Amino acid sequence: MDKTINQKAWFLVLPVFLVVAFSAVLPLMTVVNYSMQDTFGNNQFFWNGVGWFKELLDPSTDLGGRFLASLGRNLFFSAVILAIEVPLGIVVALSMPREGWSVAACLVILALPLLIPWNVVGTIWQIFGRPDIGLLGYVLNHLGFNYNYVANDIDAWVTVIVMDVWHWTSLVALLCYAGLKSIPDAYYQAAQIDGASRWAVFKAIQLPKMNRVLLIAVLLRFMDSFMIYTEPFVVTGGGPGNSTTFVSIELVKIALGQFDLGKAAALSLAYNLIILIVCWVFYTVMTNAGSERPVKEGAA
Amino acid sequence: MARIDLVDLAQSYNGNDAPLESFALKPVTMTWRQGGAYALLGPSGCGKTTLLNLISGIVTPSRGRILFDGRDITPLSTQKRNIAQVFQFPVIYDTMTVGENLAFPLKNRGIAKAEVDARVKQIADLLDLTPYLNRKATRLTADAKQKISLGRGLVRSDVAAVLFDEPLTVIDPELKWQLRSKLKALHRELDLTMIYVTHDQTEALTFADTVVVMHDGRVVQSGTPAELFDKPAHTFVGYFIGSPGMNIVPAEVSGHEARIDGHVIGLHRNYGVLPAGKKIEIGVRPEFVDVAAPASGLLSATIERIDDLGRIQFARVRVGNTKLAARVPPGFSVSGDTAGLIFNPAYVHVYADSHLVEGVA
Repeated sequence: MDKTINQKAWFLVLPVFLVVAFSAVLPLMTVVNYSMQDTFGNNQFFWNGVGWFKELLDPSTDLGGRFLASLGRNLFFSAVILAIEVPLGIVVALSMPREGWSVAACLVILALPLLIPWNVVGTIWQIFGRPDIGLLGYVLNHLGFNYNYVANDIDAWVTVIVMDVWHWTSLVALLCYAGLKSIPDAYYQAAQIDGASRWAVFKAIQLPKMNRVLLIAVLLRFMDSFMIYTEPFVVTGGGPGNSTTFVSIELVKIALGQFDLGKAAALSLAYNLIILIVCWVFYTVMTNAGSERPVKEGAA
Repeated sequence: MARIDLVDLAQSYNGNDAPLESFALKPVTMTWRQGGAYALLGPSGCGKTTLLNLISGIVTPSRGRILFDGRDITPLSTQKRNIAQVFQFPVIYDTMTVGENLAFPLKNRGIAKAEVDARVKQIADLLDLTPYLNRKATRLTADAKQKISLGRGLVRSDVAAVLFDEPLTVIDPELKWQLRSKLKALHRELDLTMIYVTHDQTEALTFADTVVVMHDGRVVQSGTPAELFDKPAHTFVGYFIGSPGMNIVPAEVSGHEARIDGHVIGLHRNYGVLPAGKKIEIGVRPEFVDVAAPASGLLSATIERIDDLGRIQFARVRVGNTKLAARVPPGFSVSGDTAGLIFNPAYVHVYADSHLVEGVA
């Protein structure tokens, strides 16, 4: 068979190639370029090789110390909000009504926090928690709790975590609710006939059937919380001290505060790499979980 | 194991005050004897699944009572009734192995481990599931999964009845036969009451020793397959069972005679004078109407087409505006497009408002 050769086809690929080049490849390469250099302003650059990357991994340097500390805070933050939001989301989904007008009402109420822009969420909680004029801060202080998120590390952490739970638990709950709705009635009826308790129904039917949506929920919440910037920045500005400075806040400080483009570029590449790896791991787990094929009888 | 009695049982999904005509199940009183193999046969939406769910307790009846061995169990929850049910689609617990699936109903009831293991082993042997006991149940084929669903019902030694809700819908045709014979074998071996819901008459007639035909929320007839075939109590049964279904022809009936378009057909029994104002029809299965050459003593019909089913040929004919099917006797070849019809009087039944009228011999 003779294959038709038509080089004109390359022109069809060209637009996509250009768009991707200008929107993704070139900017990324600029960052890679910066990460190998140092600048003292005035647009003067000096070659630094992999120097910044070495510093990143060395906690005794300024860059490494700040990166590793903020990374630790970030991972701790993600772990805490996942540990709260996932079980809470499941509980909310389980206690939602299955039919009637109340379903729509619940869905609207749940969706509300998701519709609020991030900096508005930050502002809401910034004011809500203020000891002088904020409802929460004022009430807590009057009840005798010495709550002040500007001065106290723990108060700042609690505020940021509660804010994230307030903002994002709905997402987990909605995903779980969708998962629960897709379970056919026959499963519940069969469980009734098998005499299963409420807990056994949850463990044997609901949790396994929510498996997929929970993976998606964990992935989304991990990514979002790992990249969190706006809300803590608006509420605490990373303080008190550095106690709520997450990687993204540190990155902005280095890049725009100190104008250390080389350090910032190296840090952002490392940050990006971590997210890519986590994505890849999740993707692999999810596709493997879905690839179970029925095995023919007798193939054992 | 139990005899199941239904007393005036009825179900409405629109509340108890809805008109009786809108009930999904109209009041029914009947008895299912211990150890019987029953089929509930009817088209979609006739109320057969509702009846099944009432017995298993998934649905609470609007009216009436259900008795197991004379004990009223109407208020009891599904868990407390000793009922097993197999659903249309296989229900298995994904995270468990086949063995754990089978043991689940027993564990939930707090039965000792040694007994659980013994029962699971016994049921797995019966269902040929022993090689898979330690395998994850999700990774099996639909028919194996359906066997597990069935096994979870059988594993309890105290089940009063096993209910099947169109259990073979998702099974490949060749495996359907195997699984159905398996069910029959289990029925003989375990002496359980089995109720099998289906809309497939072949499935119903081959599985059951008593077939209960439902139509529009009512039980219209229950009987052996032969009874349903030979003497349908309702025109619906005649037309639903058999292929092609029974011929239903409007007629005037008096004494030993039925009159169609002025033509007289002899009847085996005497029907006297039937009440006026009712719709009178005669019903006769195509197997008992023969096509013959047109003759003066025969009801003449127009032949529309011949269906050759291999073993037997049926002629689709028309008398006036009524369509009928009739057997083409072996060796008879149809010529032209008119023919005479010969009725076998022993199998001609008379219906008033769709219900069978018993004649006097």
